[in-house]
Amino acid sequence: MSSATQSPYKAKTSTGRITDFVDQRVGGSGILREFGRKVFPDHWSFMFGEVALYTFVILLLSGTFLTLFFDPSMAETHYNGSYVPLKGLQMSVAYDSTLNISFDVRGGLFMRQVHHWSALLFVAAVSVHMLRVFFTGAFRKPRELNWVVGGILLIMSMAEGFTGYSLPDDLLSGNGLRIIDGVIMAIPVVGTYISFFLFGGEFPGTVIISRLYMFHIMLIPAIILLLVAVHLFMVVVHKHTQYPGPGRSDRNVVGYPLGPVYAAKAGGFFFIIFGIIAFVAALFTINPIWNYGPYDPSPISAGTQPDWYIGWVDGALRLMPGWLFNIPMEWNIPLPWGVNTLSLNILLPALVPAGIVFILLFTYPWIERWVTRDDREHHVLDRPRNAPTRTAIGVSGFIFYCVMWAAASSDLIATHFQVSLNDVTYWLRALFFAGPILGFIVTKRVALALQRKDREIALHGRETGRIVRLPHGEFQEMHAQLDDYKRYRLVSYESPVAEEGIPNENGIVTKTEKRRAALSRFFFEDRVAPATPAELEAGHGHHEAIESAEEHKPVSRY
Amino acid sequence: MGNHSDGTPASSGAVAKAGHEEVEKFQDPGLPPHRLRLADTDPKAAKRAERQVAILFGISVIGTLLFFFAYFGIRLDQTLTTLQLQNMFLGLGVGFAMLGIGTGIVHWARALMPDHEVSEERHALRTEDDRVAAVQIVDDIIEETGIKRRPLIRNTLIGAMALAPLPAIAILRDLGPLPGNDLHHTLWKAGERLARDPDGTPIKAADVTNGSVFHVIPESLNNLTEGKLEEKAKAAVLLVRLDPSELHPSPGREDWSYNGIVAHSKICTHVGCPVALYEQQTHHLLCPCHQSTFDLTQECKVIFGPAVRPLPQLPITVDSEGYLVAQSDFHEPVGPSFWERG
Repeated sequence: MSSATQSPYKAKTSTGRITDFVDQRVGGSGILREFGRKVFPDHWSFMFGEVALYTFVILLLSGTFLTLFFDPSMAETHYNGSYVPLKGLQMSVAYDSTLNISFDVRGGLFMRQVHHWSALLFVAAVSVHMLRVFFTGAFRKPRELNWVVGGILLIMSMAEGFTGYSLPDDLLSGNGLRIIDGVIMAIPVVGTYISFFLFGGEFPGTVIISRLYMFHIMLIPAIILLLVAVHLFMVVVHKHTQYPGPGRSDRNVVGYPLGPVYAAKAGGFFFIIFGIIAFVAALFTINPIWNYGPYDPSPISAGTQPDWYIGWVDGALRLMPGWLFNIPMEWNIPLPWGVNTLSLNILLPALVPAGIVFILLFTYPWIERWVTRDDREHHVLDRPRNAPTRTAIGVSGFIFYCVMWAAASSDLIATHFQVSLNDVTYWLRALFFAGPILGFIVTKRVALALQRKDREIALHGRETGRIVRLPHGEFQEMHAQLDDYKRYRLVSYESPVAEEGIPNENGIVTKTEKRRAALSRFFFEDRVAPATPAELEAGHGHHEAIESAEEHKPVSRY
Repeated sequence: MGNHSDGTPASSGAVAKAGHEEVEKFQDPGLPPHRLRLADTDPKAAKRAERQVAILFGISVIGTLLFFFAYFGIRLDQTLTTLQLQNMFLGLGVGFAMLGIGTGIVHWARALMPDHEVSEERHALRTEDDRVAAVQIVDDIIEETGIKRRPLIRNTLIGAMALAPLPAIAILRDLGPLPGNDLHHTLWKAGERLARDPDGTPIKAADVTNGSVFHVIPESLNNLTEGKLEEKAKAAVLLVRLDPSELHPSPGREDWSYNGIVAHSKICTHVGCPVALYEQQTHHLLCPCHQSTFDLTQECKVIFGPAVRPLPQLPITVDSEGYLVAQSDFHEPVGPSFWERG
């Protein structure tokens, strides 16, 4: 026997031989051993991140097709395509080629619609995914950085959406760019210069579409791809979080193995998303640019709406009053070299709400960590009700966002419901401040009430609807005790208590520490402790008395 | 009050303390017992699921065929009807093709593949030793560079690094021209005729009846060979005729209108949308983008919305042939505010 290079192991099946062939050449067996059976927890709310990923893939596919036909030039041309009403009209090459994709490339309109609907769904999926992560506390250690990556991805997806929206150079998108230009020009000192550099001169210029095109098909997608890779890499490193329940802890991960079940479900889900988008693109028109006409700075149509994800910024612009009790929000400031203009009516709504939302979003994991002094790793999620203050903060932010979002449609609200546009705006201005506060209070109370209900059910069981008459004539409804698995789901949460400030080594409670204590009170003063076995025990005597009187009818259910 | 991580003696009975968990918290009962599916026990059900999956894959095949039917079978004839018909069937074809595969695979996974939930240990990301070693390595590397001991090197490096990216910003300078005075001027000048947008035919004062609205451009705009949109974005004007008694011109502006005909910039002073909606009854102009509302009878003063400044007024008169002409350019920059506006 020669010590030939023969591998001692021989695969028996044909797929096994292929696997082994690849493995011996590129060495994937270690990876396969690690990932082939990696366990993923299953829950419907984990789907949103998947939707985001899959719509992004669909965007890459449909977008690649569109680049084969789209020409981002702003050179002037005369339309000579199939759409009769626009024939002979002067327009940019970009608009002309978008019309050609719609009318003269078979399937082009379909691909445009797939692309646009996927984009809307992509940003929506990213947003809802972030809400899920926030409300379940999935951003806690060790996932803080992945939360930040997700936040950047959200910003990038909005930027990607807006740059794409502008490319067809139609009337609607042109007016969108006009608004952006107006906001940029309001930036103190450098605004006018940025505007002139961005547009290559005065608005609209002849270069903005090709510049946005570069951002849209190269720079931003590259950043998104890179961040998605980082995001997924970190998911693998951390392993997925799981919802609380029997058999689940911070030390394990319970779910289906990647191969075959999880991979099949997730892979199948991609096709389902694609199929749904195809149906929507088949049946519902989106962005019919041929109705709007080419961009022209003079005409405009009433009731114009930006794509939904830009709505909140546009809404903020609408809510801001130009004059506040006869005080103008735009000031001419005399400076030694002349008079300069500061447009707070534009700067404040454009920067402050978005600034608040994103600063809070990015710092929240560290705020909560500082308040709770919790340095442990968390892999089991919180049910939103079990973190009442966090949930209330989240709802509060959500309402803040939604009020601005609604404001972007203030004119449509007014026309659809036949109310005064001014009143809609006044109400939304009031809600802008009152909505988040009311939302916070209501949500916190609801969460605490749900916790109490959980406690009640854990200790006394669920109502069966069976009314029993006791020997002495009293009527009572039977409660069925939960089994251990169901009860554990209701009692296995943590409920931190508010902390006093902790003195440092010199015995002094510092100002920072006092502030932390105040925040801790804000977070945890109102709390509902999880039910304990002792409490269940204490309640049982009472219950067993009833049950024995009822001759032990089987009321337990599982 | 105690807290639940410092290990001090219990002071609050309500919260589980480190080390007390066993007595105070419910025990984890472990994974619930596995429940078998119908297809696990009944071969008939399994066979039925198998057939269902195959049918779903079959639907996908039909969907793909439908796509080809729509692609080659439906002739486009320059009408929206055929376009929408083709679009619908292309989409339905792709939709069925994808949904067939997707639902088939998911059904297969749910009904036939093993549905045992597995529990896997989480391994700590790193051990205590790793952490100590990693920090040590970083410290050693920093130490070996000596950057902390040699502030001269450190400070000059910081200085160099701060300056080095500046060319990357400076090189963007040629993206566009400097603003200069461009935003302060428009095409309007003394004697420039007011013309209809978009065809450019001049407007006679006699054509402007009471209550009518004209979208106006300078007559010379259409003669421009380049920069047309840029000029139009500044020069667009809205022309309205009111009863002269309804106008309330401020001192010095009494002769800016002609027989109740007033011309105002159409570019919103908020962020530049065209203020194209005119309410005839109230003489209000409404910007459809952000609802700034301007009162024509008060020189387009802002009465609602986010704009601050009134729409600039173009002083007009008539020439010898009875056409409306501008007396001069606007007396202030039109459109959105900018820092240098003053």
